[in-house]
Amino acid sequence: MKFLDEYRDPEIARRIFGEIAKVTTRDWVIMEICGGQTHSIVRNGIDQLLPDKIELVHGPGCPVCVTPLEMIEKSIALARREEVILTSFGDMLRVPGKHHDLLSVKSEGGDVRMVYSPLEALDLARKNPAKRVVFFAVGFETTTPHTAMAVWQAHREGLGNFHLLVSHVLVPPAIESLVSSPHNRVNGYLLAGHVCAVTGWRQYEPICERHNLPMAVTGFEPVDLLDGILSVVRQLESGKATVDNCYPRIVTRDGNPAAQRLVDKIYGVCDRKWRGIGNIPSSGLILRDEFKQFDAECIFDLAGTEVDEPPECISGLVLQGLKKPFECPEFGRKCTPATPLGATMVSSEGACAAYYAYHRFSNQLPTSSATEDKQ
Amino acid sequence: MKPDMSPEDFSNCPRPKADYDRILLSHGSGGKLTHDLIERLFVAIFDNPMLDKQDDQAIVEVPKGRLSFTTDSYVVDPIFFPGGDIGALAVNGTVNDICMCGARPLFLSAGFIIEEGLLFEDLRKIVESMKAAADMAGVAIVTGDTKVVNKGKGDKVFINTSGIGVIEHEFDISAANVQPGDKIIISGGIAEHGVAILSKREGIAFETDTKSDCAALNGLVESILKIGGAAVHTMRDPTRGGVAATLNEFAGTSKVGIRIQESSIPVAASVVGACEMLGLDPLYVANEGKLVAAIAPERAEAVLAAMRKHPLGTEAVIIGDVVAEQSGMVSLQTRLGAWRVVDMPVAEQLPRIC
Ligand code: SF4
Repeated sequence: MKFLDEYRDPEIARRIFGEIAKVTTRDWVIMEICGGQTHSIVRNGIDQLLPDKIELVHGPGCPVCVTPLEMIEKSIALARREEVILTSFGDMLRVPGKHHDLLSVKSEGGDVRMVYSPLEALDLARKNPAKRVVFFAVGFETTTPHTAMAVWQAHREGLGNFHLLVSHVLVPPAIESLVSSPHNRVNGYLLAGHVCAVTGWRQYEPICERHNLPMAVTGFEPVDLLDGILSVVRQLESGKATVDNCYPRIVTRDGNPAAQRLVDKIYGVCDRKWRGIGNIPSSGLILRDEFKQFDAECIFDLAGTEVDEPPECISGLVLQGLKKPFECPEFGRKCTPATPLGATMVSSEGACAAYYAYHRFSNQLPTSSATEDKQ
Repeated sequence: MKPDMSPEDFSNCPRPKADYDRILLSHGSGGKLTHDLIERLFVAIFDNPMLDKQDDQAIVEVPKGRLSFTTDSYVVDPIFFPGGDIGALAVNGTVNDICMCGARPLFLSAGFIIEEGLLFEDLRKIVESMKAAADMAGVAIVTGDTKVVNKGKGDKVFINTSGIGVIEHEFDISAANVQPGDKIIISGGIAEHGVAILSKREGIAFETDTKSDCAALNGLVESILKIGGAAVHTMRDPTRGGVAATLNEFAGTSKVGIRIQESSIPVAASVVGACEMLGLDPLYVANEGKLVAAIAPERAEAVLAAMRKHPLGTEAVIIGDVVAEQSGMVSLQTRLGAWRVVDMPVAEQLPRIC
């Protein structure tokens, strides 16, 4: 772990905090796209230690949070079927659908299993030939190569009982949509390091140019995040926008071409609805025609699962950086991690859950200071 | 039966088998097989005069004093894991619950719910490991029960242990007795049990050298009490929910605030790595051989020194202190210097960890 310690070093962090304070002269709003980064920022208290002029807002990069309610309902309908083993990443199991979540379907006897990888689901399909194993494929460009690989393997093995319920989404169209919104208040972006490790950052260059939008490819450790913030602030202050790679130990401009080819072979691009945000053109992936037999939506009749969001939940505004979780009237009242109303309260990467876990009562805490002498 | 069968043919009749390599339903039916199982496994291995009598109850002599009495059920999956097994856990876990109030643990009961088909050899290993753990902790397993359930109605084996210990001091050691000014001490590296279990879980399995910290803490408790006396305000072993849950219980019950320093919390590098991979916060991950104590400030250093002399406390450290403000709240200063809340865990993400 020596390697990572360097990116957690409080001394180095303090130096960058100092540098950020020095170069900041105006008010800036910076959005971190990725929920993993939101979690790390809030958990380490980076947002509290930045100059007041810099506001961090939390983007829509938590796959659990943006998966539309219809898809949750579809997964529940699948899990209820006798012949189906529904598999998914852990957090998805607790996302409330209209009346239930997957965990309660499991308690009623549905075969719902948490897996850490789609390849595990594939293995379940091999071991249970009499069952249909469905993997709930959510996630950004980081997870798509894994699900693409699972489909490719199933295809090669002629495995007929493995299916995906696909709800994959793509980051660049989401940024484009946020930037183009008339309500946009974000001045610069921290791009998700893990996503860029797969895709590279080429795709972001046209967005950066079109909108003169500062961007920094950013990692997840405190020092990584501060490097990214410093880069974006410098760009903002100088008025010159680029896509700056602040995560060079992991990310290159072209990313991972082999993974990209695989994803491209299996998936095409489609319009997709984002929970709380709405439809974003060309922002999702769909299995190509040659692989339709792996698409749960083609194999099972899942029509009629239109549902409405709970009206109290403002997670859409939170995901667009327009509101903070604190500003939601139900935050910490009707909506808590044990009784979530919206998906942003379920996933630990969701902004509401991160604020609930780490920032509740923050007005009662001792004052934070990056330069404080610690015992 | 063929009418013309001659007597010698009977010798070929199948005779009931005495030795099975798996547990059968009839091992729990109360008949001969049950008797054999008790006699040849439990009584033979646990080996103590109270159990040897095989009455429906154990009759025990207890020294004068208040009694500490507790029960816990163990359903850990997998039943064998790096650093221990369900048997050792069932003894150590209950011994720890008994002794956190400063009691000296004396006797345990053990109830087994066994799924038909469990390998006899596995059961033997578990029972032997219980005996070893009991000897180590200086307690006797004096009474027990065995039930066998149909295949699929249980999962290998579940164990319940209850136990009693005697309290030979007059101090008030309880979660309600944490006081402003107290120092919070932890006896060593956290989250090892949870990580060790997960590393062997089907579907997650990963390589790690992390072992469960599963151990009986009564010896360590004794050395803390000897030095700390009335300054020992509370002790608890942070099992499910981890250190975060335990500190929140202290803060909530005693209506005090607890402030800890992230940089002082001992976590092994391999545990940090595994937790990162699994998306877990070590503060919320279970321990089975650690204790957290709140000690009055004037005796805290002395207690710490005593703990470090004990083999189970060599890495003991002070991780924070207790304040009167922010009643009920646990806060943590991050390495970067910011303060945040350490909340009570909401839902156990990882079932059957103990
Ligand atoms: S606090 Fe709950 S109800 Fe409010 S926006 Fe967040 S998830 Fe929705």
